[in-house]
Amino acid sequence: MMSLNIRAAVLSLVFLVAALGMWEVSSEADVVAQENLTEYELLMGTNVQKARVPPPSDVIVRAWQELSDPFYDAGPNDKGIGIQLGYSLYRVLTGYLMAAMVAIPLGFLIGMSPLMYRALNPYIQVLRPISPLAWMPLALFIIKDAEASAIFVIFICSIWPMLLNTAFGVAGVRSDWVNVARTHQLSQLRTAFTVILPAAAPTILTGMRISIGIAWLVIVAAEMLVGGTGIGYYVWNEWNNLDLTSVIFSILMIGLVGMLLDLGLSALTRLIQYQE
Amino acid sequence: MKKRFLQVENLAQRFPIAGRNKSLTVFEDISFGIERGEFVCIIGHSGCGKSTIMNALSGLDAPTEGVVIMDGKEVSGPSLDRGVVFQNYSLLPWLSALDNIIFGVRARWPKWSRQKIREHSHEYLHMVGLQEVEHRKPGQLSGGMRQRVSIARAFATQPKLLLLDEPFGALDALTRGVIQDELVSICASTAQTVFMITHDVDEAILLADRILLMSNGPEAVIAEDVVVDLPRPRKRGTVINQPGYYSLRNHLLDFLVNRSEAARTATTSAAPAIINPIREASGGPLPHAVNA
Repeated sequence: MMSLNIRAAVLSLVFLVAALGMWEVSSEADVVAQENLTEYELLMGTNVQKARVPPPSDVIVRAWQELSDPFYDAGPNDKGIGIQLGYSLYRVLTGYLMAAMVAIPLGFLIGMSPLMYRALNPYIQVLRPISPLAWMPLALFIIKDAEASAIFVIFICSIWPMLLNTAFGVAGVRSDWVNVARTHQLSQLRTAFTVILPAAAPTILTGMRISIGIAWLVIVAAEMLVGGTGIGYYVWNEWNNLDLTSVIFSILMIGLVGMLLDLGLSALTRLIQYQE
Repeated sequence: MKKRFLQVENLAQRFPIAGRNKSLTVFEDISFGIERGEFVCIIGHSGCGKSTIMNALSGLDAPTEGVVIMDGKEVSGPSLDRGVVFQNYSLLPWLSALDNIIFGVRARWPKWSRQKIREHSHEYLHMVGLQEVEHRKPGQLSGGMRQRVSIARAFATQPKLLLLDEPFGALDALTRGVIQDELVSICASTAQTVFMITHDVDEAILLADRILLMSNGPEAVIAEDVVVDLPRPRKRGTVINQPGYYSLRNHLLDFLVNRSEAARTATTSAAPAIINPIREASGGPLPHAVNA
């Protein structure tokens, strides 16, 4: 009997082949024989081939072309996929790290102090459900820079999960461990760094993982609005070019990079996870 | 009256009852003393406030009334002078066994070099026989091993007073016995002053110089101060053959089973009666007054 992993891999492969096969077949153009059409049908343009979703074979060929030269730069509207993803990653990571620098200390404060929790909670509850893109006009007006506005949108969307999870993790640190710190006469600062931070770290990392996922979702939409560079802009630009093969290829790349970001953080989570 | 190393005077703990203009008295009129190097156990039924007394002694909670004076200074908060071993071990699960001890040692002597802290911690891990598993995290240790680490951490900081809150309550009987013997020998070699909560009568007899008996809560008091007049070193296997062991054990059980409920009303003075069941059983004169 094969191991579960191997069986799962085989089954995955079967699903992939089946799905690609159906896609390939369904996107084949109907061959319409000219002579069988009525005059009316000819007038209505039935003989003109309909635009169809490109078949997977086209996408694979395009992927091969793009990935064999990912970093070419032939002008503002023609850059390699690697450059576009690079811009998006730069924006995501900048906004995300800025959010982490604000959210984690603030979350600590909220988690440690019931007073601060109660004082700030109403604002958090109002600000959190706002779609990050709704901030875009305001950001553009205040910051007056499209690039920085995109980063701000990432900042504002990734701050909430990190803030809430940090506060939740810090507030939930077992009182036994806090008592250990107290009986060892640790200062507030040392307690925060040597007891509360490691105790809350898995919860904080979970928040960071949710945040990076949201940030990667939002950057595509933000770049469609802001334009210029980035994978979101690339998708929209290829749509304007009516190049659906590239659109599908870039959709797959977005998924792939998103998965890698998540895998990176989940590896980090495993590193600081502890067993009670 | 001669001041003892640890002096507990008229301790009381009351908690307000929500919604009513009354308060719940957990215990009151608690007064006792501990000499340097003495091992004192406190026994009582669940809910009599043993752990609350412990928290007052450690400084984690302030009592509603009364004071705890240790070594001439009033206890006003947690201190490294009072090491605490909690019932649920309270090891930091993200640190290895050795690092948990290092955590305590570094807090105690912040100026020591890394090397010295490590050596000192190693020594105490060795003392509880865990050098083989120093790199394991608490999650990978058995309950007995975790409690050993916890005890090693407390001893490593060399506190003036060691507080043990039912340290063996969660362990199986065999493991408990082994660690009790270890504790006996460690205490004998370090002359550590210990205050320990337990509800195991045999454990108290094996370890203690004196056993404080608490009446049932609420409004619990210390009803009796029982002297354990058995020679040391004691061993788990041989202490039961000591003359007087059973008269002492019967006295304690009799209190817990029959008298702890009524003891509240019987005790009027703040200082509990000093009782020496072993001498009384053998008909000899009362020994040197311990509580003079």
